[in-house]
Amino acid sequence: MAGLLIIGSSQAGVSLATSLRALGHDGAITLLGDENHRPYQRPALSKEFLQGEVSKESLIFRTADYWAAHHIDVVKNERILRITKEADGSGVAYALSGAEFGFDRLALTVGARARKLLLPGVDLPGVLYLRNADDALELKARVPAARRIVVIGGGFIGIEAAASLNKMGRTVTLLESGPRLAGRAVGEETAARLLEHHRSRGIDIVLEAQVARIVPRGDRVAGVELADGTLVEADLVLVGVGVIPNTELAESLGLLCDNGIRVDRYAVASDGVTVAVGDCANLPNPVPGAPEGDRVRFESVNNAIEQAKVAAYALTGRQEEYAGIPWFWSNQGEVKLQIAGLSTGHDRVLVRRDEAKGRFSVLYYRGERILAADCINAPLDFMAVKNALAKGANIPFAAASEAAVQLKSVTVEPAAAAAN
Amino acid sequence: MPQVTYTDHLGGQCTVEANVGDSVMETAVRNGVPGIVAECGGSLSCATCHVFVEPADFAGLPPMEDMEDEMLYGAAVDREETSRLSCQVRLADGAHLHVTTPATQV
Repeated sequence: MAGLLIIGSSQAGVSLATSLRALGHDGAITLLGDENHRPYQRPALSKEFLQGEVSKESLIFRTADYWAAHHIDVVKNERILRITKEADGSGVAYALSGAEFGFDRLALTVGARARKLLLPGVDLPGVLYLRNADDALELKARVPAARRIVVIGGGFIGIEAAASLNKMGRTVTLLESGPRLAGRAVGEETAARLLEHHRSRGIDIVLEAQVARIVPRGDRVAGVELADGTLVEADLVLVGVGVIPNTELAESLGLLCDNGIRVDRYAVASDGVTVAVGDCANLPNPVPGAPEGDRVRFESVNNAIEQAKVAAYALTGRQEEYAGIPWFWSNQGEVKLQIAGLSTGHDRVLVRRDEAKGRFSVLYYRGERILAADCINAPLDFMAVKNALAKGANIPFAAASEAAVQLKSVTVEPAAAAAN
Repeated sequence: MPQVTYTDHLGGQCTVEANVGDSVMETAVRNGVPGIVAECGGSLSCATCHVFVEPADFAGLPPMEDMEDEMLYGAAVDREETSRLSCQVRLADGAHLHVTTPATQV
C-alpha cells in the first residue's frame, strides 16, 4: 500500500498519524514500528511502570478500534534496513523480515537509542539500559533478585530510575561523571536541590565519578570499579548515559544530518519532501527571539507532539510554524520537576523557595526578560512561567523576587512588556 | 462497565465505555476523543486534560489533591467551579460521568 509511511511508532509517529487524521487528511497511512508491542508511551517506564503502579496496558496510546476506525495501518516488529527513494519523495522501504513497504511520502520518526557504555564488563548479564518497553520489562524482572543496584549516569532517566528503585527498597548508588546532576537540563541551583533531596532519601550519589569497569563474579555482575580503585558492589547495573539520534536511514538517503536529521521550521528534511519529527530531528530553535541560525534537538514528549503538528500541516500542503514553548518534566520519587522554556543565554537567575510547602523554583532571565524556569513541586510557578512565555508576556525580576507573590499576578502582558 | 459522555465546547457529544479504574483522560485519549490533549500521559505535569464536570457528577468525586488544584490555575481556559484534570478522575464500576471539554488545552 502506498500513501504515507511513518517509520517509528513512538510518540512522534503516533502524534503525526493522529494529527493528520485530525486535520482531515484521508490518504493511506502506515505507522510502522520495530518493537513487538502496540504503540505505547515511554515516560512511565522509569517511574510508575517500573514501580508496578501502572500496567503495560495503560501505556498503550490508542485502542485497536481507534486505529481501525481511522484507517491507520499499525505495523509491529518490522525493522527497516534500507530505503530507496525517488526525487518526488516516493519509494520503497525494505525490512529485515523481507517485507517491503511502498510509499508516496516518507516520515522519519525513528527516535534515538541509548548510548552504550564502552568499558570492560558491559556485556555481562545484569548490565541494563532503559529506553524501551523490553528494557523496562527486563529491569523489572531482575529487580526482585537484586539487593544493590548501581545506576551509571545522573541525567533524567538515571535519577528517575534511581528514585524508583530506592522507593522499591533497593540500595542504590548513582554515579555521575559530571560535577552535578542533570547538567544538560537544569542549572546549578536546581541540580544542587536535586542532589540534596535524593541524598536525603538515601540514594548514595557520587559526582565526578569515573567508571573504570564493571567487575564480574563468575558470569555475573559483582560491582562497578571507579578509576580511583573504589569498588561499588552491585548485583544489577543500570546505564543511562544519554541517547544517540537514529540518523542512519536518513544518511543513507542523502539527507543532511548533524546531531539529528536536519529539518526546516516546517519539519521538512533537506530533500524538500521527507519529514522528520521528534528525538531524531534537528530543528531551528523555535523559541521566539532565539538567535538566527540556532538549532536544537529535543528529547521530549512536548516537542514530539508540537513538531508532529507542524509536519502534519507540511504533509497536507500548509506551512504552519512551531507554536508553543518547549517544556519538560521529570518525576523523581517525591520530586516533581517541571521546566518551561530554554535557559540558554541567561545572565541571571532568581531562586524562589517556600520551605514550608516544599516548593522551589529557579527563574532564568536575560536582562529584564524571563527565558525559562525550573520548578520543583511548584506547579503554580511552572504554569505561570509557561503561560507567560507562550503569550510573549514577561514576569519582571523585581516583582518575582517577592517569595509570597503569585507569578501569575505580576505577569506583564505582551503590549506592556514590549513597552518596558 | 463505566461510561463517560464527553461534550465538546461546540456541543458535540460522544459516549465511550471505559474500564473500571481507568481515568476519564485515559478513556478519552485511547479512543481518540478530541478535546483532551494529555501531553504528560497522566503524571499531573501539564494541565492539558482539563474538563468541566457536570455539577451532579462532580459532588460524587473524591476531592482533588493540592497538586491538581494548583495545576488547574494554569489551565489554558480558566477553571470553573467543577473543573478537574481528567487524568485524576478514576472511574468506578457502574459510573456514568458527564464532562465538557474546553475550547483549547494549550
